[in-house]
Amino acid sequence: MDALLSISGLHKAFAAPVLRGVDFTLRRGEIHALMGSNGAGKSTLCNIVTGLLAADRGALTLAGRPHRPRSLREAEAAGVRMVMQELNLFPALSIAENLSFQRLGNGLGLLSRRRLAERARAALERVGLADLDPALPVARLGVGQRQLLEIARALADEPRLLILDEPTAALTDPQIHQLFGELRRLREAGAGIIYISHRMDEICQIADRVSVLRDGELVATEAAADLDSDRIVELMAGAPLERPARSAGGAAGDALMKVEGLGRGGVFDDISFALRAGEVLGIAGLIGAGRTELLRALFGADPADRGGLRLAADGFATAHRFRRPADAMAAGIGLVVEDRREQGLLLPLGIDRNISLASYGALKGPGGLIDRAAESALAARYCEALAVHCAGTGQPVRELSGGNQQKVLIARWLARDFPVLLFDEPGRGVDASAKARIHTLIREAADAGRGVVVVSSENDELFAVSDRILALSRGRLAGEFDAATVTEEALLAACFRYHGRDHDEEEVSRAATP
Amino acid sequence: MPRRPEIRLPWNSLGLVAVLALLVLLFSLQSDYFFSAVTFRTLANQIPTLTVIAVGMTYVLLVAGIDLSVGSVMALCAALMGVLMVDAGWPLPAALLASLAAGLACGLANGAISAHWRIPSFVVTLGMLEIARGGAYLVTGSQTRYLGGAVGAIGDPLPGLGLSPALLVALAVVAVAQFLLLRTVFGRYLVAIGTNEEAARLSGINTGRWKALVFAIAGLLAALGGVFQLGYLQSADPNAGIGLELSAIAAVVIGGTSLSGGRGSVVNSFLGVLIIAVMQTGLAQLGVSEPGKRIITGAVIIVAVLIDQYREPLAARFARR
Repeated sequence: MDALLSISGLHKAFAAPVLRGVDFTLRRGEIHALMGSNGAGKSTLCNIVTGLLAADRGALTLAGRPHRPRSLREAEAAGVRMVMQELNLFPALSIAENLSFQRLGNGLGLLSRRRLAERARAALERVGLADLDPALPVARLGVGQRQLLEIARALADEPRLLILDEPTAALTDPQIHQLFGELRRLREAGAGIIYISHRMDEICQIADRVSVLRDGELVATEAAADLDSDRIVELMAGAPLERPARSAGGAAGDALMKVEGLGRGGVFDDISFALRAGEVLGIAGLIGAGRTELLRALFGADPADRGGLRLAADGFATAHRFRRPADAMAAGIGLVVEDRREQGLLLPLGIDRNISLASYGALKGPGGLIDRAAESALAARYCEALAVHCAGTGQPVRELSGGNQQKVLIARWLARDFPVLLFDEPGRGVDASAKARIHTLIREAADAGRGVVVVSSENDELFAVSDRILALSRGRLAGEFDAATVTEEALLAACFRYHGRDHDEEEVSRAATP
Repeated sequence: MPRRPEIRLPWNSLGLVAVLALLVLLFSLQSDYFFSAVTFRTLANQIPTLTVIAVGMTYVLLVAGIDLSVGSVMALCAALMGVLMVDAGWPLPAALLASLAAGLACGLANGAISAHWRIPSFVVTLGMLEIARGGAYLVTGSQTRYLGGAVGAIGDPLPGLGLSPALLVALAVVAVAQFLLLRTVFGRYLVAIGTNEEAARLSGINTGRWKALVFAIAGLLAALGGVFQLGYLQSADPNAGIGLELSAIAAVVIGGTSLSGGRGSVVNSFLGVLIIAVMQTGLAQLGVSEPGKRIITGAVIIVAVLIDQYREPLAARFARR
């Protein structure tokens, strides 16, 4: 069997290197699973193949010819299709129009409903949606049907190379069965398929070979038949990480917050834990495990609908379920959000205005007048304490680097001296030295007697700052670990705990036990 | 740590002042009558209504909203005040308070509905535009009511000063509104909400309540504009203020306030009002026809916004020196 896609020496760096010299071969007529924990480089690799990103270094060859797409269009012209996790459909348009979006009209730009419908019916049949009316608007479809529609759109073009990113997340068993049949048919026709999934059982069913990425390096490519899930987790985890030395003073004090049976919609459920003064509690999990949603529910940004939390301030007397961030703040909880540019910062405004945003209660005098001297002093103090590199406290935060923007956001919450601080991906998109500085800040916040919760997709970040680590798997607690002794392997295994189909029964039985 | 100098020159305001001076100069050269006390008295009598409404509109645009109902609300409140005085025989202060309360209520309804149900303010205030206009017809029986001298004191120049109480109140509103914007927590919240509403909410700001308050203020100021109009025309006209919301938006936009929120200045909006008023008076004196006036005014609005696109980077470059 000859190679369809070969990649050699692929390098890509953003703030930090994401891919470091990856060599990878996809054969014709092969389904090749790509595995790796969050941030291992899977998405970056696929985005380079599909022209969404440009490689820094390295060579790609597709069917014997150099493959250097500068856009998705160019990659598609070369026969590459990708079905992404985020759905890319137009809800207001019909199924038929979505399926033929790039060749809607005839030469005159006119639509032929009949032609579109014919094309749509053929495409729908292949993914088991033959009974759907192609004229139906996509908005009326469920998530699973939309996912299949995405796949149908990719299959309709008879791609030479198909990339699927977690295609089965929203699908039922019969739908998955149908999909796998179609993928096998495509394989028989000589196409190559890169299949990304966290579900070990699926990998074993469908994949011919498995490649594992770890920290931007391809650590293994083996026949699927020779692997089992333990071995894959072991490969993803790699060698034990070096643990940073930490002051043993992390001995936690009394409980500050007790979370009891917290749940929200179908996102997460039955979350209970206690947070103690002086400790950093890490939360690990795969993307979609419900970590961000858990933090936002604790903070009242997206309220929980089950369970609640109790706080030491009133002797754990009241079970709170905050409906607004303002209420959580009044009770002493702060949240440093994940997406600082979209949800955290006021980008065109100065550093001082961004730091003071949550502190106006303390900065205002009679009549709501702002004490501008105090505001400037506050900003100056935190710029100095957090080593924010800036031209002055009035500089717009838009002009700062990612790391300095993050420090400004953290300063906003440190200025409030809340007993409980929640951090969502505090080290994302910042360079290594700023990250180390932010980790120190988080430790200092805990050492000052606060209780700190840190959500991170990077295990080494969790190991660097946490005392304890909770693992979330598909919205449920899947384990609690001592950060000083846990292996990355054990943590990853917990994160994958509820991902296999065979665990569905276990989930049910767990839910049934009180 | 280097600190940026606290005093920043108001480049944006200076630019508007320059445009204003240029217009005055241009009209003075073209017409012998323009640069005269009569002209400026006419201007001073005309601008109070548009000024206070533009102040309210500035606040609304700052929080990334829009208020299309101000012209109708103004007409409703003026009509209410006129009818209360003429038909019901209320004394001026009582009728004035009732009129202001009506404006506040309309604005609060705009803001509360838009914030609570997350409906774009464009739609809610479009509805209020119709409702308030209907209300104005209802209150007046679709007829203009003459009030005569009973309300003249509002618009007549004060002896010895030459300026009307309406103008003085309008200038005070501009000053207070600018002060609130720059120096109080309220002003900071408006800018924060307009810049990034989600970030403001996640920083504990009750964004819905503040937005409702902003629309309530806009309604109150529309009513105040109605009172000024009543004093100026000495009659309650149910057709008053048609299209006034667009003049107010034009003035605010000429003043450099961003339609997408977060950036704006009350003083600059006032300069925008002056530019529009000077242009209309000057063009009229030159004998330009009504259609011609409208075409030129429209072109000026577009050019002003175009200049604004380039003004910001330019001003930033100057400020960095």
